[in-house]
Amino acid sequence: MKRKRVSRNWFAHLVLIVGVAVLVFPVYMAFIGSTHDAATIGRGRLPLTPGTHMAENYVQAWAYGTGERVSGTPVRIMMTNSLLMAVVIAVGKITVSILAAYAVVFFRFPLRMFFFWLIFITLMLPLEVRIIPSYKVVADLGLLNSLAGLTLPVMVSATGTLLFRQVFLTIPKELLDAAKIDGAGPMRCLWSIILPLGRPSIAALFVILFVYGWNQYLWPLLITTEKNMDTIVIGIVKMLGTSESLMDWNLVMATTVMAMAVPIVVVILFQKWLVKGLVETEK
Amino acid sequence: MKGEATFSNKFLPYLLVAPQIIVTAVFFVWPAVQAIQQSVLRSDPFGFHTTFVGLANFKALFADPYYLGAIRLTFVFSAAVVVAALSAGLLLAVMANRPLRGANVYKTLLIWPYALAPAIAGVLWLFLFQPSIGILARALQSIGVHWNYTLNGGQALLIVVLASVWKQVSYNFIFFLAGLQAIPKSLIEAAKVDGAGSTRAFWSIVFPLLAPTTFFLVVMNTVYAFFDTFGAIDALTKGGPGKATETMVYKLYVDGFKNFKINSSAAQSVVLMVLVILLTAFQFRFIERRVHYV
Repeated sequence: MKRKRVSRNWFAHLVLIVGVAVLVFPVYMAFIGSTHDAATIGRGRLPLTPGTHMAENYVQAWAYGTGERVSGTPVRIMMTNSLLMAVVIAVGKITVSILAAYAVVFFRFPLRMFFFWLIFITLMLPLEVRIIPSYKVVADLGLLNSLAGLTLPVMVSATGTLLFRQVFLTIPKELLDAAKIDGAGPMRCLWSIILPLGRPSIAALFVILFVYGWNQYLWPLLITTEKNMDTIVIGIVKMLGTSESLMDWNLVMATTVMAMAVPIVVVILFQKWLVKGLVETEK
Repeated sequence: MKGEATFSNKFLPYLLVAPQIIVTAVFFVWPAVQAIQQSVLRSDPFGFHTTFVGLANFKALFADPYYLGAIRLTFVFSAAVVVAALSAGLLLAVMANRPLRGANVYKTLLIWPYALAPAIAGVLWLFLFQPSIGILARALQSIGVHWNYTLNGGQALLIVVLASVWKQVSYNFIFFLAGLQAIPKSLIEAAKVDGAGSTRAFWSIVFPLLAPTTFFLVVMNTVYAFFDTFGAIDALTKGGPGKATETMVYKLYVDGFKNFKINSSAAQSVVLMVLVILLTAFQFRFIERRVHYV
């Protein structure tokens, strides 16, 4: 019995190690690519160990983004754009969702169910499906190449409101009644009772939405046409262009490593919140 | 949603829902209505004349062999991504759910790809498999495989599937692991006492209990394969070579933003809307059923 368990564990370790290796390998090679010069990569003989050009590649990608055969936007600009976009999407969507959920759960007013269903149906149509008319609306409003145009349409979704509705429904009403007797109005109750109680859900949703915002692709690709509006994910694909073998792969890979680093660090640091949030939000 | 109101303000609730309702109306309802409207109209290229054509755009769409090809491709592609990403996620979750030394380290090392954009996954795989500089492409060529996905449609599809699956495995891993941890250990012990082996216990007890998680993930992975993989395709193949990796969403993008076929792309939007609504309805049926048997 004991021996059997040991051999089974050995098998589990093997499967997990192979799984981790397959996931890590492409990222590892991107890192290796970012430490060699363009010529080494261009010859198709990239070694499996780091080279000696790491510092200069990262400095060049960070400060200029442009090499001999690639012209991109400096990473420091793209990184700022991505960070701004991700934070605005996360904070904006959480704020809007909390307010709407608060109204739907704690107030009774005409059209309440109509509003709830209007929010609910947004679950059904992802942005990609209505991409062309959405683009037209944003263009008509003069929001191309603006932070508002980049973030507002991405905030349309019911997931946040549904999550907070669930959370608020579990809050005992006696708590609010007591506060009311003490003379607290609805906004005061929201601020000092509801928000503190909802903090774990807010944190979890923030991590999910930050990653979601950082990774936006199709929408920013359409909405931003100016180079200094590029987000980092878009910027990398633009750097690739069409002449794929003759280019400064070292700079592309340095940019890629920096683009991955931020959301990966966020996910690893807040792993517990993320897992809890995912399992709760999406079910 | 039942019960008495906690607060009795008249205007405040409208003020509270206003931001979400305005954003939804402007960026969701209006575009969705426009898509439906455009799909039954035909405009000349300069927008001077617009005529109502009924379902003609849809008829043209379903008579277009390229669109039928895109539908077929989308289903093949999605099936491959869903099956591979779910199997890999389940296998890893079952292994990580065992009481192993270092189990938490494995979990962290399997979760992080959740953080990556599909477009980034595409770039990483491009770097490995680019025919002249990719080290895995060179390795394949050195053992006699004619590897060049920029010319070979089948290879192009394969590489897009692999990059998309690679990125999605950790999402499935997270949900399967949560599902496994919710299954009472006593159930499995009981089965073993009755003489079932581990494999038998898995397929007859654990797997059926995971059914709700699996159904949920099938829906989510299908949505991912349909829509989110756009970035991976754009980074790797741009729909080519030929139309070998042009999924429905990629074709919608190309027709709408590169070829400026506004009415055809609006009709394509409506077809996708119908598909997503069917998928959502399917999901709700299963969520409802789950309530009964858990």
